[in-house]
This record gives sequence, structure tokens and C-alpha cells, in this order.
Amino acid sequence: MDLIWDGLREAFRILGTGDRDVWRTALRSLLISGSATVIALVIGIVAGAALAFGRFPGRNLTVTLVNTGMGLPPVVVGLMVAILFWRSGPFGALHLIYTPAAMVIAQTVIAAPLVTGFTVAALGALPPRLRPQLYALGASRLQMLWLVLLEARLPLLAAIMAGFGAAVSEVGASLMVGGNLAGETRVLTTSVVLEVQRGDFDTAIALSIILLVMIFAVNLVLTSVQQRQRPQ
Amino acid sequence: MTAKLSLRDVVVRRGGAELLRVPELDVVEGEVLALLGPNGAGKSTLLQVLALLERPSEGAVRFEGEPVAGRDLALRRRMAVVFQESLLLDKSVESNVALGLALRGVGRRERIERARRWLARFGIEALARRSARSISGGEAQRASLARAFVLEPEVLLLDEPFSALDQPTREALVDELATVLRETGITSVFVTHDRDEAARLAHRVAVLAGGRLRQVGPAAEVFAAPADETVAAYVGVETVAPGRVIESSEGLVALQVGDARVEAASNSFTASEALVCLRPEDVVLSPGHGIVADSARNHLRGVVRRVTPAGGEVRVEVDCGFPLIASITRRSLEELGLDAGSAVTASFKATAVHLIPRGPSSP
Repeated sequence: MDLIWDGLREAFRILGTGDRDVWRTALRSLLISGSATVIALVIGIVAGAALAFGRFPGRNLTVTLVNTGMGLPPVVVGLMVAILFWRSGPFGALHLIYTPAAMVIAQTVIAAPLVTGFTVAALGALPPRLRPQLYALGASRLQMLWLVLLEARLPLLAAIMAGFGAAVSEVGASLMVGGNLAGETRVLTTSVVLEVQRGDFDTAIALSIILLVMIFAVNLVLTSVQQRQRPQ
Repeated sequence: MTAKLSLRDVVVRRGGAELLRVPELDVVEGEVLALLGPNGAGKSTLLQVLALLERPSEGAVRFEGEPVAGRDLALRRRMAVVFQESLLLDKSVESNVALGLALRGVGRRERIERARRWLARFGIEALARRSARSISGGEAQRASLARAFVLEPEVLLLDEPFSALDQPTREALVDELATVLRETGITSVFVTHDRDEAARLAHRVAVLAGGRLRQVGPAAEVFAAPADETVAAYVGVETVAPGRVIESSEGLVALQVGDARVEAASNSFTASEALVCLRPEDVVLSPGHGIVADSARNHLRGVVRRVTPAGGEVRVEVDCGFPLIASITRRSLEELGLDAGSAVTASFKATAVHLIPRGPSSP
């Protein structure tokens, strides 16, 4: 019990005194995972719309693959990205391994199937005749897509939450492709792993609290937007 | 007469199955054309082709005589479609009604002004600022009609717009639509499986069954003189019985139908056999087998087999040598004291009988 109690006290001390390293790590987490979420949103919404509305051979197989991808183990993603960007790998010349960019790529790969899957479900839940109706009202293809995305905005916010949650909370891929370099690629999750390995539970708890509060804050904002939009 | 929209040799296939085959159909400027037929007849598919929402597998669609290919969007913006579901977006009623105008780049002030005008026309201006999610089915369908009319379309296509509504709402809306269509004179195509709706709204009726056009013509003609048995059943001709021509002279054809003799008015009937068609409302029933004094040519003696209430009317099945259906009011039923087993005389005019030729023509 003392371990937890002392840990919490120390955690709040760190939070209170504003340890610059800790805050920088938190900010880096937010930037890397935020970037990955934004990229995953673009990919996921485009791919999700294509899968939801497209009629092409292999569509069902693709949807199955996307759904499988929603449970993609981060360590496997880390391994794949590490192999691709390893110095002797196919994209080694880009020198991205052990950089934040490699972490953004890995987290995008983790988050994109989630956003795609949620988008397919959100657009699939719209009335089937809505698209013909919008075309009949004189919508161009782009206007139609914009209107259906707006119409599905509430479930699409859930896609953002799921994507960001998966990106910010994974640790395996970030360790493998980022290397947990202090001041460069160290993020909240990889720091927690390091501090626990060192036996520094106080700092680990402090970092975990920051991580949780961050996820909570992002979801709070998105949920309040979602609920304000909900029909009365 | 200019055709606003025309189809030539149109075939629609989906997944290998042929859903629709229309050799020729013209929608004439200013007319209201009803597409009448049972579920699965291909009515909605035909409407989607006319609305340029579905490209036919074969054949040509023309707008004012010109092929539509390559200018779908521009032409769709000269038309409007109302579906069975109102399909309003999660916005205010007013924004929904103004949506088509927004898509055409009409300025905000004009959009709102025009939307308000049509909301008022359909009696729902009070709902303008309400969320479209919070209004009733009937109100939503009114908004959906307003959303179509606000575009001042050259062609209006309606796909069973009232079939999801309750009876009173539906009747009120059919009346309103009939008025607006008469006032605006918009060329319209109206899909329905309700022949009363078709009779009330349409100038011409096209009957579809099994993906084929069975008959196209003025509403009165299709209802009075169906081209075949399927159309007959669908336009409310309840008595359809096979008969053999026994005599033909001076515009009158006499036929043996079951054990009875029926006389029909016809100038150009040459076949030796026919389907004898009779609408239930054209039959008058009198009690007993006495002599009936009226101008009708046919007086058939029979026995009531069954009495079934149908809406405000009563449907009476009479066996008079062949099964014959009559429709009378509840009040007449009481006055005549009819019941299963009652003896009756069924009277109808020779002009009320429509003959569909069968078999080889006689010289």
C-alpha cells in the first residue's frame, strides 16, 4: 500500500512543481498521436467512404481485412514499420527510424483501420436512399460526400476518439520504431515502461496520471461536441 | 406534343436479372403520368432511370429529345424527386427545404425566402426553425414536397410519396399535391400501387407488371378498357370471366359466359373468344328474380355467395352462371336485405362490359 500512496504523493508533487521533462514528454505524446490521428482520419474517411458506397469485387474481403486491422497488435505494426525503415530496409535511405516521424507512421497504421471501420459503420447506418435523394436534389459527387459525412458526424466523432485513444496508448510500436530516446522520441507510454523498469514507480504513476487526464480531456471535448449536436 | 423525357429500348439488369424492359415511353410536357403496378413490378427502377439516378444497362434516355449522357448533373438540377421516406438531413426544417437551392449556389437570403414560401404552401411554416428530427411523418413528407417544389423543377418525380403515411394524412396530402400540380402544371411522374391515387392525380396511367409496361394511356381509358388480365386486375376490374362469342351485330356482341348470356357494346370486336371484364361499381343488384325495369341490357339471375365489407362499401359475390362481383353501399345492402344464399338479379349496361380478345379472330 505504501508504494501506491507514496507514488501518488510524489506524482502530484511532480505535477505541481511542473517538471519540464515530464511536460515536454506529454506535449510530444500529444503532437505525435495527434498527427497520427489526423492522418488516419484523412485515410480512414476516404477509405471508409469508398468501402461503404463502392461496389467492386473484393469489397467484402477488404471490409473483413479492415475489421481485422481494428485489432492490429501494436508490436506487430512496430515490427513491420521497423523492418521497412531500418537502415538496411527498403526505406532506410529516408533515415526515419528512431525519429518522431517513424512513430507517427506506426501510430497511423494502428489508428487508420479503426477510423476506416468506424466510418464504414457510420455511413452504412445512413438510410440507403439518402444518397440517391441527395443526387436528386442536385448534389455533385463531392457535395453528396460532404453532406453524408456531416449527417454521420456523431458516429464519426467516435471514430476520432477511438483512433486517438489507440494511437496515444500504444507502447510496443513506439518503443521499436522510436527507440525511447530522451528528449526526442520519448513519449508518455514509453516513459512509463522505462520508469517501471528502473523501479521509479512515483514518476511512472505521475506519467500515467498525465496520460489518463490527456485522454480524458480529448474525449471530454469530443463528447461535448457530440452531445451538443445530438437531436433533442 | 413534345416529350420532356423519353425512353427508347431501355433495359435494366442487376446481378444478371432483368428488372425492367421498356421499348418506348414518353413523358409529355405538362402531364401527370402515374406508374401503377404491384410491388416488385419495376416502378421504382423506372423512376430512377427517369430521374437519371440509375443508368440503364441498354437503351437511351432523352431529355427534350437530346441524349442525357454526360450532362446528368445539369439535368438533375432541372428535376426534383420525392421518395417514400422523407430523408431529411439532421438540420432545421427550413435548411432542409433550402438544401437543393444551396447545392445550386442560390444565395442565403433568397433560399430562405423561397423555402418559407413553400413551407407556407404546405402549411408547415411554423416548423421552419424546428429540427427535422423532431417532426411527425406527415410533416416530414410535407417538408419533403416543399423541398422538391422550391426548386421549381421542370420535371417532378414522386416515388410512392404517401405510402408510409396513415390514411387521413395521406388523403389530405394527395389533395394538396393535386392542387399544387394543377396550379404549377409541372410535368410529373408519380409511382404508386394505389389506383385511387393514380385516378385522382394522373392524366395518363402506365401499368407495369414484371418489369414490362402492360398498358399506357389516358387514365379513363386504362381504367375502363384494360388491355389484358393483369392490367384488369390491377385497375379494379374485379369480374374477369372467359366467354365465347355467339352473336355479333350492330355494335353489340353477345357472349356465352359460363351458363349466362352477356351482351357487350363493341364496334370492332372480331375475336371468337374474349375475357369479359366488369367493374364492381357498374353492377346494380335487385332482390329476387323478378323483372327489373331499367335501361340496362343485361339482367342476370343469380345467388349471393359471399358478402365482404370493404371500406365504406360492401363487396358482393354473386353466382350468376359465372362468378360476378358487385360493389354496393352498406345502406343498399341493408335495404336489399342481402345475405349469402339470397336470390338476386345483377343488372349492368352493355357499355359497362369491356372485352379483351382471346383466341383466333373470326372473319
